[in-house]
Amino acid sequence: MVEEQLINLYALVIDQVNREQSQQQSQLLYGNERASEKKMARRPEHSAPPEIFYNDDEAKKYSTNTRIIEIQVEMAERALELLAIPDDDEPRLILDIGCGSGLSGSVLEDCDHIWVGIDISKSMLDIAVEREVAGDVILGDMGEGMPFKPGTFDGAISISALQWLCNADKSYHNPHKRLLKFFTTLFSCLTRTARAVFQFYPENSDQIEMITAQAMKAGFYGGLVVDYPNSAKAKKYYLVLMTGGAAELPKALGSAEEERRINYIKKRDACRDARGKAPKKSRDWILAKKERRRRQGLETRPDTKYTARKRSGRF
Amino acid sequence: MKLSTYNFLTSMAIKGVKVGYPLKLTINKKDVIESEFNPVFIERLLPKLDWAAVYSAAQVAELADDIPAAQPDNMAEDEQLLQRLHHLLFEIDVLEGQLECPETGRVFPITDGIPNMLLNEDEV
Repeated sequence: MVEEQLINLYALVIDQVNREQSQQQSQLLYGNERASEKKMARRPEHSAPPEIFYNDDEAKKYSTNTRIIEIQVEMAERALELLAIPDDDEPRLILDIGCGSGLSGSVLEDCDHIWVGIDISKSMLDIAVEREVAGDVILGDMGEGMPFKPGTFDGAISISALQWLCNADKSYHNPHKRLLKFFTTLFSCLTRTARAVFQFYPENSDQIEMITAQAMKAGFYGGLVVDYPNSAKAKKYYLVLMTGGAAELPKALGSAEEERRINYIKKRDACRDARGKAPKKSRDWILAKKERRRRQGLETRPDTKYTARKRSGRF
Repeated sequence: MKLSTYNFLTSMAIKGVKVGYPLKLTINKKDVIESEFNPVFIERLLPKLDWAAVYSAAQVAELADDIPAAQPDNMAEDEQLLQRLHHLLFEIDVLEGQLECPETGRVFPITDGIPNMLLNEDEV
């Protein structure tokens, strides 16, 4: 009996020590996080390589945060639109580069396409498998080259991944070389009429130049489509690459033509539209007010052609 | 990893590899999944498939009886064969196994249905 009690006591002590230790550990982690949180939120690729940044915790956050999901889905839908696949109800084979937890893949699935995804983060891919996405996912580094045989894919999309390729995460990394390897192998594994659309977050114009230069070197035609160029928050960059024959670049959303029209609205009309009632002291308002008084049973003068007439200054 | 994806994978990213195709497939654990049969899609897919790799995948998955060794002409008319092909390519999910490069012998493991194609520093 005493032995049992002793064992239970020891178990309690060990448990308590473990709990304290893990608390200390998480305090350390949180302390660091809060210090560099602001920087991380701006450019995650400055804090760690993608396979480390997208660990289990980050991966979980990514797939449960509704705001992130909403934005990623919207961008995937726009990228799919920019792929300009003919509207013939035929499923296509699409490559999703940097597929992560399969958010963009689900958008492809909703349009009945068959997709294959590639990503460098095992944690993100594990979530994709957990979500039972229809596409096959592969653990791979886009900078090492696309491991597919020529002429496989009818199109490729990439959401929020390309900027990760611009930084050297290991001492033997050369971003230019990796970008070129990526674009060359991508070019080869696409069919001759396929397009590749990349939504990405360029840090500066040098990065955009570096990326487009390597893409052109690999044989792609195309260019950058910038949606909502005048909004800091809504601005989105899409690199649209084509494999055969130069076609006109698709039109950007929120482009200049719409915004040049300045709508001069009288403030009162705007208010009326907003409130659904006449603004103060107009004829409509006065008539409505008199009607209200009559309903209340108050003594009200009858409505005539003189009602709400502008009086001269003498009144 | 479905056997359709297996048909597209190569090891050509490894430095020095000329073709790197087809990869040698080993299946340690597999699962059967359900997928809607779309004959039009399969027909469009046919020119992209390497038939020898399809046949060897069928052998590894123990479905070699369903698939002929040589690609028949007029496949579009043989609905039964298309269905068996659909089953092989889209309804077999390799959960554990490996892919081997035919030129270097380098092994890419498959775990939880995900093939690991990450290269080492000296292979890039």
